[in-house]
Amino acid sequence: MRRWLLISVPYLWLLVFFLIPFFIVFKISLSDIATAIPPYTPVFDFSMGIGEFISKLDFENYRFIFNDSLYVNSYFSALKIAGISTVLTLLVAYPIAYGMARAPKEWQPTLVMLVILPFWTSFLIRVYAWIGILKKEGLLNLFLMNLGVISEPLTIMNTPLAVYIGIIYSYLPFMILPLYASLEKINPALLEAAADLGSPPWKSFWQVTFPLSLPGVLAGCFLVFIPATGEFVIPDLLGGSDTLMIGKTLWGEFFGNRDWPVASAVAVVLLLVLVIPIVMFQSNQEKEREAAR
Amino acid sequence: MRRFSWFNATSIALGFAFLYIPILLLVIYSFNESKLVTVWGGWSTKWYASLLQNEGLLNAAWVTLRVAILSSTLATILGTLAAIVLVRAGRFPGRTLFSGLIFAPLVMPEVITGLSMLLLFVALNMDRGFWTVVIAHATFSMCFAAVVVQARLYDFDKSVEEAAMDLGATQIQTFLQVTLPIIAPSVISAWLLSFTLSLDDLVIASFATGPGATTLPMKIYSQVRLGVTPEINAISTIMIGLVTIGVLVASYSTKRASQQQERELKAVDAGAK
Repeated sequence: MRRWLLISVPYLWLLVFFLIPFFIVFKISLSDIATAIPPYTPVFDFSMGIGEFISKLDFENYRFIFNDSLYVNSYFSALKIAGISTVLTLLVAYPIAYGMARAPKEWQPTLVMLVILPFWTSFLIRVYAWIGILKKEGLLNLFLMNLGVISEPLTIMNTPLAVYIGIIYSYLPFMILPLYASLEKINPALLEAAADLGSPPWKSFWQVTFPLSLPGVLAGCFLVFIPATGEFVIPDLLGGSDTLMIGKTLWGEFFGNRDWPVASAVAVVLLLVLVIPIVMFQSNQEKEREAAR
Repeated sequence: MRRFSWFNATSIALGFAFLYIPILLLVIYSFNESKLVTVWGGWSTKWYASLLQNEGLLNAAWVTLRVAILSSTLATILGTLAAIVLVRAGRFPGRTLFSGLIFAPLVMPEVITGLSMLLLFVALNMDRGFWTVVIAHATFSMCFAAVVVQARLYDFDKSVEEAAMDLGATQIQTFLQVTLPIIAPSVISAWLLSFTLSLDDLVIASFATGPGATTLPMKIYSQVRLGVTPEINAISTIMIGLVTIGVLVASYSTKRASQQQERELKAVDAGAK
């Protein structure tokens, strides 16, 4: 009895405020835009029967999305940018996590703390910090020109490169921490054994360390890739008008065009695109949890 | 005793330089006398003084603070309950869905969460504003809170709870007097995490809010779009400073609390033998 009460409180909360809203989004994506408040035709009209209800559903908004190159390009470009940034983040994060896992034991809590600390400071502020660095008259150009490395300022701001830098920077802790967690668990005796058996360090790395760190690699990649695909703030502030990403397009559709049904359809398709990585992420977490027991 | 190898030391140094230099530059330039970002005009605190004159920004800061306190408290309670359900409730119908609902918000793009919450509030005919932002923030923060508390629940020795029950404590007594004190450090970090998540959030708040409830990130965002100004640097510096102090104090006190606990448990162990 008490057990059911305990379960039902958080469960009901999540059902009402997280799961049911998705069904509403889906329903509204099937309705038409209307000049009213709220700006769409009613979601539920209980006067009609089931048959009529089904016949009233139309996929007009979806047809519209798939026939308009803006949306299709936004999806592909978001997936591409998120994919490339995930790989780059992994490449940047791995040596750091590796170094941390091999650092003296008494240093490690401090190092972990130092990785988490920037994550606690505002995402928006951290992205904003890069505007001052990357823009044409920004600090990076100033620095490089004073050094004499370049004579003309580089155009980084408002290009995809700025978005890559922004994503790597903002999501780096999400990659470092799971990597560190799995690297730190590796028993050093395994590497000693490999060395005793004549394996050179790089070979031990690829045949022992890297495979054992795979759960961390996977978790980190999901934690970066999935949210980065729907990212809004970074492409909006650093990417300029040339960088298409679906999160930005959705935002514009909703706040700019006020077309809620199309915005909902965009969200549903984005969710469908991400459902496979999300399910993979969850089963990966579930497996890790079982292993932790 | 392990030492730093040159490779590991270099990669850590470079990594931390990458993580911290942008924040440092932001802080330094908040003290810049000149309005131009690239021109150093000498040290000055005038941008901090002008913040205090900015009524809109101060109002937004106040709204944000209240939202963050309320939503993180709600999120911590719900998240702790959810963590207990995940770890201790065993199998029950719909468990897979439940754990899915806990993990999905961690990675769900904010634009989707924000839009779906808004449409729910509209469908329920709720007045959008302060309270809808609180609910929205509590909902996604509770999942982060649940993950933090759950990790601690897995760690600790269940036999302490069993001992309490054997000695005649009721379930509720056991929870309040044994379990809660043990998981307290993680509950505190869950609260802090929820608090900063709420403080930071731009996207979900923009969807969930209504007239009269503009949060600080929304205000900062609309100013950032107009360009980099030392005033934003100043407010950012204040936020970074507060968060840094908060996190350092919290981690120091939870560390002490857990050391204390370990000592006590050891003493109990020694007594038992």
